[in-house]
Formats: sequence, C-alpha cells, structure tokens
Amino acid sequence: MGEFIKAFEFIANNGAIAGQHSLPSLTQLTLETLKVAAIGVAISVAIAVPIGVWLGHLHRGSFFAINLGNIGRALPSLAVLAIGDAFLGLGLTVVEVALVILAVPPIITNAYLGVDGVDRDLVDAARGMGMSEREILTRVELPLAVPLIFTGIRTASVFVVSTTTIASLAGFSGSLGDIIANETSYHFSGVLGAAICVAALALAVDWALALLQRAVTPRGLRLQGEAKVGVGAPAPGLT
Amino acid sequence: MDTANTAHSEGPSAFAKPGEQESKAAKTEATAGSALRSSAAWDGSSAAPAQPKAAELELRKVSKSYPGQREAAIAELSFTVPAGEVCVLVGPSGSGKTTTMRLINRMIPLSGGDILLGGRSVLERDARELRREIGYVIQQIGLFPHQTVGENIATVPGLLGWPKERTAARVTELMQLIGLDPEMASRYPAQLSGGQRQRVGVARALAADPPLMLMDEPFGAIDPINRTRLQDEFLALQAKVRKTIVFVTHDIDEAIKMGDRIAILREGGHLAQYDTPREILTHPADDFVAEFVGADRGIKRLSLTKLSELKLASPNGAQPGTLRASPETSVRDALSMILTANGAPLAVVDGEEQVQGVLTLSAIEQLLADEAAA
Amino acid sequence: MRPRREIGPTEATEVSALAASGPVIPNFGANSSKCVVENRFFCGEWVSKNWDSVLWPALRQHVLLTAIAVGIGFAISMALALAAHRYGWLERPTILATTTLYTIPSLALFELLVAPVGANIFAAEIALVSYTLLILFRNILTGLREVPDEVLDAAEGMGMSRRQTLLRVELPLALPAIVAGLRIAVVTIIALATIVYTIYNKGLGVPIHTALGEGPFKTELIAAGALTVLLALAADGLLVLLQRALTPWTRAR
Repeated sequence: MGEFIKAFEFIANNGAIAGQHSLPSLTQLTLETLKVAAIGVAISVAIAVPIGVWLGHLHRGSFFAINLGNIGRALPSLAVLAIGDAFLGLGLTVVEVALVILAVPPIITNAYLGVDGVDRDLVDAARGMGMSEREILTRVELPLAVPLIFTGIRTASVFVVSTTTIASLAGFSGSLGDIIANETSYHFSGVLGAAICVAALALAVDWALALLQRAVTPRGLRLQGEAKVGVGAPAPGLT
Repeated sequence: MDTANTAHSEGPSAFAKPGEQESKAAKTEATAGSALRSSAAWDGSSAAPAQPKAAELELRKVSKSYPGQREAAIAELSFTVPAGEVCVLVGPSGSGKTTTMRLINRMIPLSGGDILLGGRSVLERDARELRREIGYVIQQIGLFPHQTVGENIATVPGLLGWPKERTAARVTELMQLIGLDPEMASRYPAQLSGGQRQRVGVARALAADPPLMLMDEPFGAIDPINRTRLQDEFLALQAKVRKTIVFVTHDIDEAIKMGDRIAILREGGHLAQYDTPREILTHPADDFVAEFVGADRGIKRLSLTKLSELKLASPNGAQPGTLRASPETSVRDALSMILTANGAPLAVVDGEEQVQGVLTLSAIEQLLADEAAA
Repeated sequence: MRPRREIGPTEATEVSALAASGPVIPNFGANSSKCVVENRFFCGEWVSKNWDSVLWPALRQHVLLTAIAVGIGFAISMALALAAHRYGWLERPTILATTTLYTIPSLALFELLVAPVGANIFAAEIALVSYTLLILFRNILTGLREVPDEVLDAAEGMGMSRRQTLLRVELPLALPAIVAGLRIAVVTIIALATIVYTIYNKGLGVPIHTALGEGPFKTELIAAGALTVLLALAADGLLVLLQRALTPWTRAR
C-alpha cells in the first residue's frame, strides 16, 4: 500500500514532478477532462434526447432505438478513437465526434424507453381531456420519463469521462489520461494518483447528475417510485 | 311441501336435516342422465378405486389473529364438511372466508384450534406433503406460463413421484374430463382462452386425486356468460368425482347454486349460519343472514326446485294452452312465465307432449308458505 | 514490465525522426505489399498473412478474457441476486456497491488494481468482473421479481418447497431477463477488454495498441477494431438464439 501513499502525495502536489517543469498540473488536466467531456455530453444530449423523446412519443422506431443502443455498446471506445486518429488525426474535434458517436446510443435508447413506457392509459386520459400533442409531451410524458432519460444521460456522461481518458491512449493530449499513458515521466505513483482522480471525477459527475435528477424529478414520482428506478443505476434494457 | 325426488338417491349425508334433500351432486346426476356418458372414461381408465376419494373436513374452534390487531380475523370457527360435499364459504369482504380457506392448507399459520382432514389434524403433517393432497384453485389460476398444459396438470403427480406412464394417462383422462381435446396438452397457457385456462386449473388441482379441493373464487375473473357455463360444467364434474370441496365466493347466488352446504361468515370470521341453501333461504338465522341473502330470498328459493319435483295439479283433461314448460324448468323460471302471462296457469309438458300437470300461482304461494312453516 | 504507450520526450524525438525518414513498414515487415507500405485503408493481404501470428491469438485471448469475466461475474451476481431476492434489504447496498464499481472508468480501475494485485490477469479479470456485476445483478433480480404472484401462490399451494419453486418456476420464468442481462454484459466486456492491454498484454487491444504506435497502421487498426465489433455482435446473436431455445413459451401465441 506504499504505492497509494505515494499516489496521494502526487495528488497533494498537484501532479508536479521533480525535475519536470513543462508538465500540466493535475487541476489543469482535470479541468481539461471535464471540458472535453462536457462538450461531448452537451452535444450528445442535444442530438439524442429530442430524437429519442420524439420516437418514444410516436411509439415508432423501437427497433432502431433499441438496436442502436446494442450497437453502441458493442463499439470499443479505443477502436473508435484509434480509427479517428488513423484517418483524421486526433484533434479536439475528432475526439468530440467520437465521444458523440459513443454517447448518443444510450441516451436515445433510454429517452425512447422513458417516453414510450409512459402508461398508455395516462396518455389516453390526457388526450381525452383535450390536451394537444405538444402538451401531452411536455406535461405528461416528459415529466414521467425523467427518471429514465436522466439515467441515460448519467450513463453516457460517466462513459464520456471514461472515454476522454482513453483518448490519451490513442494519442490525444488534454486529459487525465495523459498521465496514465505516460508512466515514464510520472512513475507509477503518478499513474495511480491520476487513476484515483479519474475515479473520483467520474463518481463526482455521477453524483452531481443524480442530484440534478432529483431536483428535476416531479415530487409525486419521487415519492412513488424511488425503489423502482433503483439508485440511479443505468437501465438494464430488458430487450 | 315435500321435495320429492326421483329414484336416484345417495341417501342423506350424516349431517342432513330430516326430510332434507341430498347433495346437489346427486341431484345433478339424477337429472343429467345421459350427459354423463363420458363417466365411462373416468371409471375405466383410471387406477382410482371405484369409490371416489373424498375425506371429511372438520374445523374445530379455528381462530386466527394477527399481531397488532385487536380483533381476531377469525374467532373460534367450527363446522364440518361431510365427505363428498361442496361447502361454500360466503360473506362480505373482511369476513375471513379466504383466510379460512388458506388456513386449511396451512398457507396461513393457525393461531388456535385445529383442522382435521379425514380425521387427521393438518398440524401433524408436513405442510408441503399436506398440500400435495389438497387440490388448490385460485382466482387468477396461476398456471405456469413456461410449461405446457400437460406439464401444468402433471405438476403434483410429478412432485409425488408418479411413474411417467401413469401421469400421462392421468393427464389425458383429466383433459377429457374437463372437456378439452387431449391434443391441446402441448399448448402453452398463453395460447388458451380464459375459460380454457380455468378448466386447466381445475384439472391441475384434480390431478393427484386429492381427497379435498380448495377453490377461491375460481370463476370470479370470468365474464358472466362463461361463468354460468363453467359453473354448470363444474357441477357435472363434481357429480362424477365427488370430492370434498371448500368453495369461497362473495356471490350469494353462486353459493346457492354450487353449495350443498353454505357457511355464511360475518366480519371477524363468525359463523352466522351453516346450513343447506334451502334452509338458509327459508329460515335465515338472523337479520344479517336475511339481509345478506337478499330480500328476494323467497324467489331465490324457487330456483332450487324443479317442476318435476312438485306435486302438480292434475290437468283434468285440459289441453295445454300457450303457457307450457318442461319438467326440468325451475319453479322460479316458471313463476316468471306465469307472471308475464298475467297469472295464467302453466302446463308442465314432458318430451312426448304429455301434460304432466298444471301449475298455478297459488300453488307456488302454497309451496313457499309450506316451506317456511316447516 | 508491462508495455505502455509512452509519450516521453526522448521517444517523441525518435518517432519524429522515424517519420521524417519516409513511410514506416509496420510489423513483421519483410515483403510487405505496396498497400501496406502506403498505409492504405485496408490491406486484405496483410490480414491473411498475419492472421495466425497476430489477429487470431489476440481474438482467442479476447474471448477467453471475456468468458472468464462473464462466467465469474454471473456466478457472483446470481448468488447476490438470490440473496437479495430472499432478503430484500440487501438490494440497496448491493446496487450502491456495484454502481460505484461500474462508474469508475476502466482505465482508472485497472491501474487502481495493479497496486495491490500486480499487472497481471488477476487485476484485469477483477476489473472486468466488476463491470458485469451491476448489469447481471439487476437483471437477475428484476427477472425473479417479475414472476407473477399468483403463479408463486399456486406453486406453494400445490406443495412445492421453496427450493422446488425457485428451480422449477422462478428461475425458468426469469430466463428472458437473465439472458438479456448476459447479452449486455458480454457486449460491454468485449468492448472494455480492449483496454486490458494497458496492464496485461493480451486481447484485441494489443494489435490496436501496436497499430497506434505505427503511424497508425490503418489495416491492423481496422482489422482489430472490426474483429472486436464482430465478436460482440456474434456473441449477442448467439445469446439471442440461446434464449429462444430455452424459452419456447415466450414465442407461443
């Protein structure tokens, strides 16, 4: 466990290594990671949530939504990044594109399942009350779909953080993964320290999103089904 | 009025009241006659003894209370169901009828008292073993969706370790008994209609030829039309197999139709009255029972009797008019016909267009009055 | 010493020197075709030549890594799920623990395990197993819970023991959910196992890593990447067939 002690020292030193002056600090790299991940998640959410929600409302395209999730899961992030590197060089744009490709499937699948899965009787009642399609979507389906939609976003976000660090393996520099990929300079203690930071970062992101989910979930739902949704674990996708 | 019956009698059961009619099963058998031709399959192919297996069930001061509740769910309930009879437990919700039923096969533990099946206390036996000897039919049926109809029916024989050939023969036999083509044994429950599933549920409960059957609102989930049919079929079945049956329902009409004896339970599992349907309808024990059976109990009573059982006025050579009915018609239906025809007398006409007798409104009044006085 | 992708300052100059000297002939280089030398999109000839020495061993190792991870993960998850099925209070802490493990990024988890366990197959498998737990536990438990109450009541009423009910009724009826969980787990692990090479030099991540270090060498990259995806899709398809075979009643209509 001496390794862990050295790792914590590394963290305490903000990643400074004796004799190396041009290396970025831990805080810098952490923020970089967050930045890259945030952009990736934001774009993915902007693309995937509307599509998934819309398909779910129409109850169409289930084959597409669900299989997209399956295929997305099957894509090894390293391979996707590496191919991006091979053909386009691994700049920020290419990395973001890769992140979006990997993050969109789980968000679409969960958004679709969330809206599609709203009790049809409720929707029927709403329609019978004279609500327009848009009102049904915004006042009935979306609030009820929040748990699943957010679960998808959380899964995707953690995944994006993870993939951002992996990007360093493929040659991208600008995340905590740089340290892990560079044992020569940082020694194992540095690698371990960075690993601890990455883990902490991912957990922090997940918990932050969990709090956000709580804030956004309608109170009635929260009271009813916290047990059902589980402690915010990724939806298993029982199809 | 004497409820005269035809020659087919089973003899009164041990607990019958004097002059009482015998079990519904016997009556059904007497009148159903040729409809029971398929009983040959039952007697011939099974390894069961000629005497159908049925045991007497006795509840002795049975009580059940739940911790934290002041009132007992069931307080000192006692009654006996003679072997081969159908006892219907009926009452409003909260009366503990389902609880009572589930105490019998120990799905719920007993708080006090004892239950004896065929003379043996159920408490002395291992619960699982006990249940394998009791047929169990619940409202939602609970067929195993992942097994075929045949496999479902064969469940308890499998648990008891029956040899494969015996089980297979039994499955075929039962399917014929419930009126399903044995070819359907390889179907899955999802492929059956609700009524068919109900019947498979009954067959499954009968599979190991248990001495006792427990049925909890078995026809409750079926639509009224099919329910009547299933009830009739079940009565015909019981005529053949003569099991001891405890049947729970909240529907007093179903109780009257199905039960040889009815146990009316009040809230708290108190036995308000335990008697034959006719007795309950004629002499309700108290206001609760009277209210529960309904103010129309006089008319309900009439549905228990068929025209063939009455002493009819002689036709006096009169020709059958427009109002006629067969001897199989219930007095209740006959009353309805008479009232619709403004009180005209009804001619009871048999299959050969012979007028057996005439029924008048006043005769019906007399019938009701005589019963009440008895 | 484990192989790493190293971007130290001295190596950087080496690489740029090599790059300046013209196209690099990648692995196992003698008699490479023109296609390879020019690092075109995909050279089938390289693949067939190097299948036995590079791709097939990596594929085999990858399958083995996945099989071990899912096998152990399934056993653990089944035990946990059966326990949580019996004692409901176990569910929350288990979900919490497995979610935490699942959330830790693979790269980090591998490294964190190296400290106590060493850079070997154990660290790799412990990490991979951890990623299967959440999915399998949830799905098995959900599958067991979805068995209709009346079916359980009928089973108990007919005299089945707890064990008989579990084996003959609950588990068979939970199969669809269990296999769905296995599908997700298998596919996820196949993708994750490409990172194993960072601490343990086996699996399809190895040729990807090698290829990355060579330019990157497109053919090898695409070959290894495609193999991974194809492996995942094949495994998923097989499991679907398995589920259909095991649960004939779900298709009967």
